[in-house]
Amino acid sequence: MSELLKNIIRFILFILVQVFILFKMPPLHRFVTPYLYFLYILWLPFSLSRTALTFVGFFYGLCLDYFTKTPGLHAAACTLIAYVRPFVIGLLISQEGADKNYIAPSFVSMGWAPYATYVIVLTLLHHTYLVLLEWMNFGNFVYFLGKVIASTAVSLLLILLTELLFFRKQKFRTNTI
Amino acid sequence: MRNVFLFIRRHFNFLFFLVLQIISLSFLFRFNKYHEAAFLSVSTEITGRVNERYNNIEYYFQLKKTNEALVQENLRLRQQLKENYEAPDSLRRLIRDTIRTDTGRSFLKYQIMEAKVVGNSVTSLANYLTIHRGFDQGVRPNMGVIGPQGIVGSVVNVSKNFATVQSMLHNQFRYVARLNHNKETGTILWDGQSPLYVTMKGIPKSVAVQKGDTVLTTQLSNLYPAGVMVGTVADIIPDASSNFYTLKIRTATNFATLEYAYVIDDLQYDEQKKLEDSTRKKIQ
Repeated sequence: MSELLKNIIRFILFILVQVFILFKMPPLHRFVTPYLYFLYILWLPFSLSRTALTFVGFFYGLCLDYFTKTPGLHAAACTLIAYVRPFVIGLLISQEGADKNYIAPSFVSMGWAPYATYVIVLTLLHHTYLVLLEWMNFGNFVYFLGKVIASTAVSLLLILLTELLFFRKQKFRTNTI
Repeated sequence: MRNVFLFIRRHFNFLFFLVLQIISLSFLFRFNKYHEAAFLSVSTEITGRVNERYNNIEYYFQLKKTNEALVQENLRLRQQLKENYEAPDSLRRLIRDTIRTDTGRSFLKYQIMEAKVVGNSVTSLANYLTIHRGFDQGVRPNMGVIGPQGIVGSVVNVSKNFATVQSMLHNQFRYVARLNHNKETGTILWDGQSPLYVTMKGIPKSVAVQKGDTVLTTQLSNLYPAGVMVGTVADIIPDASSNFYTLKIRTATNFATLEYAYVIDDLQYDEQKKLEDSTRKKIQ
């Protein structure tokens, strides 16, 4: 399967799972909103240019927004993490050249510790910005802090489960540079 | 000029990012004020279709609860039939004048249209429902929506065949309701904490309020007919700094299992609004 087709299928699946499963679940607590959809952006290939990456993030967030009737909310957060992503990757794997030898970020291509850092940083950034936008309309500071921390914890758990269940095989490619 | 182009080329990624951020933030804040955003009616049509597919499956799991709610509603309406009331023959007899409901179509104030709920959320801070009835079927923005058990919300956006309803569980929802017991009015709003409870503010402490009191709609607003259930008082929160009670209201509608709703069209609203507007103009 080509990389483009794979990503299109992922695009649809992640949005459907988020809208019809995770958003439909009875909430555990008002601080806990299980977000998983932004994992799509973390899984996008290395080869995408920064402009394309930012645009895909915006478009992806906007698609989800039209389901939740909050135009712009998730789009803003997704654009932010898609824009920041190359910087974080650059910081974490500057030595190994993995972005040339592998297709997409994963445990295999980046190693456990850098990949975990990458996921945690972007998850936290995404949630902070999303809840900040929500909080500007509504709520108090305890709500803001509580929701960021609780939702990040739940999201990280969901991401770990997804990574273990749908393990992405990554071939080492040589002669690519 | 050349330097400007060079600057744009050098920082193209950052500027592109900024532009997208500004677009999304303007969508967000404009939508919060006026409930309109770019492509929203097109997207309502598309997401409505997807939601409908999902609802076709999900509907089967709710059949039992839906049925129960409809039976309860039938029971309540049947209880109001005039045949159920009969006073013993005496000088004073209960007579219901039926002219206004049977033949006098011109007296009809509220027209009620049924609608299937195909999209529903209770988990976010701003919850919306999607109903499968749109502009072509007579739904317009700012119409009230009630469910079998009580009020649900109001229509904010309409596409050809679907409509978006701002549910009572929305941080911008405001409605003036009345305690049935002592006819005091107060504002209903949602604090975002639990989808089972809303808050009622503005009931003075001079009146007696008890747990379990019924909260009904009033005839003061044109959204819903008077006397539709809003909820019951679940808790009275004491606030020493204010002369008003804050009441925790258990909503009559169970939003999580809502399958059918009724859209309320106030046929006499245009006339009323025209009069009120012209009065306002005269005073100014």
